[in-house]
Amino acid sequence: MANKIFVYIDHFGGRALPVSWEAVSAAVSLKTSYSSGVTAVVSGYEVGAIAEEAVSYGADEVFVANHEKLKEFRPEVYTSVLVKLMKDSVPEVFLMPNTSRTRELAAMVAVDLETGISPDVVAIDVVDGSIHATRPIYAGKLLTKVVCAIARPQILTLRSRAFKKPEPDTSLSGEIIQADVEVEDPVTEVLGYKESEAGVSLTDAGIIVSGGRGVSNNPSLTPIADITDEKGKEIWRAQQGFQLVRKLAEVLGAAMGASRAAVDAGYIPYAHQVGQTGKVVSPDLYIACGISGAIQHLAGMRTSKMIVAINKDADAPIFQVARFGVVGDLFNILPALTEALKKRLGK
Amino acid sequence: MNIVVCVKQAPDTAATVTVQDGKVSWGDAPLVLNPWDEYAVEQALLTKEEHGGKITAISLGPEDAKEALKTALAMGVDEAILVSDPAFAGADTLVASKVLAAAISKVEAVDLIFFGRSAVDSDSGVLGAQVARRLGWPSLSLVAAVNNLSPEGGTIEVERMIDEGRQIVKGSLPVVVSVVKGINEPRYPSFMGIRKASRAEIPLWTAVDLGLTAVPSPAMTWPEIFAPLKIETKCEFIEGETPVVIAEKLADRLMEEKVI
Ligand SMILES: Cc1cc2nc3c(=O)[nH]c(=O)nc-3n(C[C@H](O)[C@H](O)[C@H](O)COP(=O)(O)OP(=O)(O)OC[C@H]3O[C@@H](n4cnc5c(N)ncnc54)[C@H](O)[C@@H]3O)c2cc1C
Ligand SMILES: Nc1ncnc2c1ncn2[C@@H]1O[C@H](COP(=O)(O)O)[C@@H](O)[C@H]1O
Repeated sequence: MANKIFVYIDHFGGRALPVSWEAVSAAVSLKTSYSSGVTAVVSGYEVGAIAEEAVSYGADEVFVANHEKLKEFRPEVYTSVLVKLMKDSVPEVFLMPNTSRTRELAAMVAVDLETGISPDVVAIDVVDGSIHATRPIYAGKLLTKVVCAIARPQILTLRSRAFKKPEPDTSLSGEIIQADVEVEDPVTEVLGYKESEAGVSLTDAGIIVSGGRGVSNNPSLTPIADITDEKGKEIWRAQQGFQLVRKLAEVLGAAMGASRAAVDAGYIPYAHQVGQTGKVVSPDLYIACGISGAIQHLAGMRTSKMIVAINKDADAPIFQVARFGVVGDLFNILPALTEALKKRLGK
Repeated sequence: MNIVVCVKQAPDTAATVTVQDGKVSWGDAPLVLNPWDEYAVEQALLTKEEHGGKITAISLGPEDAKEALKTALAMGVDEAILVSDPAFAGADTLVASKVLAAAISKVEAVDLIFFGRSAVDSDSGVLGAQVARRLGWPSLSLVAAVNNLSPEGGTIEVERMIDEGRQIVKGSLPVVVSVVKGINEPRYPSFMGIRKASRAEIPLWTAVDLGLTAVPSPAMTWPEIFAPLKIETKCEFIEGETPVVIAEKLADRLMEEKVI
């Protein structure tokens, strides 16, 4: 009998994203409620290894759609493959990790199947055969339960780091099925990639060190002589500040974030921005340096498990959400903290 | 070029949002053009400035959503249309995408539709893709730069901001483009623009006007909206004579808490 729980594995460059395995663990947690096994779906080209890996994370069965035309992700072609699969199997639930690809993919699949979508879900419960999903709205100022009571499958994308991260177990077994797919011609052409500006994916990061407008505020730094304009001097100062942020991040194996003020002033690319109009992150540790804690910034990092704030101003709102606070100049504190942690971490 | 830009009205992002009697309230905070949609409007204006044509802004919402359309008009779009009908109340994205697709189809010979990344109230970020799917057009989402647009050749080349970096993609017109922050710097409405907008007639299209005789019922319901659990954080301030003393203490506390 076909499984009622399906889960999609998102991958890039031959590797599954960590949040894909979180989605598999969420799917496994539904097994008793639906008295069903879990079918993982891997779509792409030469993705056999990812299918094997899905088994080790708890999938009872893996559907593999393998085709040259699926080599580059294009939402339209991937949608047609998934829609065919959904129509053949009619599962109750289709879980997806929430990524820059799947949000769009889930949206399109939902249209073709005339079913509902719950994006960016942080918790799930099953009540009377339907998932009651919890998701943040108004940038996390509120939460809502969302239910897709009649249409099937219920499609959900799950927020990174909101569900349990499972450990792989290579002794698990599961059936790998090569799906017989017909793939339509893509309507767009992928010409190439440019390197990531963020370096480490912010949404997956366990630790994030972020800098704000305060990173440019060290009047005692004298910019090199050939920078004459004020804006140039400010950016030069900010780069020295972000250098300190970067060094701390390196010692911690952390990703680098930023406030919008730092991004808009041209200190650092937009890909690093955390907040309402940037990325929403939920690391174990978030260190905010020279960030005041505006409501739109908090919207992006408030759910971090622990927040540390370093700020000159004892009244900065960031301290209201911080577990540890240092009132001081980041240009003094950051190098000292980097050294202190280097010693302790044996680096 | 015939350009459409889809915009939503939303409470100001600085608003304190609460739940009262099961309903969302933002007090007396103003309703504004959804911040993400400012980038979509700006991109429409830049496209028109380069290639000529006409821009129509469309918003689906209650009567008072006209204010967001007025902002778009004040920024410089040519026409604005409000899509509104009591039958659309409680619409989920499945219904909204159907209604918007119908409205866009009523606008003649559209080449290009701009969307924002997401609405700051519902935080769904799916409508652009859903409307594209309904129209059968390609969707280019998370667009951070338009490198090339050729109305004659009917092609567009963009940079998409994906989790791993930037993806460069070429598509063909007509197309749906959803933009992210960083693609441009939205202009402020000009004084003249505001005057023009305040006098503009904004036509209202109902379900009947769109030929939607039976408005589909939404697939999703929202049985409960609530405030997140207030986590009482008491900030422990780390103090000391010198930065080194402070840093050593903080490092010790972080090690004790096992976060690193
Ligand atoms: C629609 C909208 C969307 C927005 N989206 C976002 C978003 O996604 N993300 C975001 O971050 N913001 C966002 N904002 C902007 C937000 O309102 C704030 O303007 C912004 O977060 C401020 O950034 P900041 O804290 O770096 O700068 P500031 O508020 O200027 O704070 C700088 C802080 O640094 C401290 N400081 C200065 N020098 C030092 C030093 N040497 N050592 C230590 N501390 C120092 C100061 O005391 C101050 O608290 C948005 C705003 C709007 C209207
Ligand atoms: N009610 C609406 N009317 C017109 N456009 C909308 C509406 N809601 C959302 N949009 C557009 O769709 C984008 C994504 O919104 P959403 O999927 O609702 O988060 C927004 O940035 C707008 O461009």
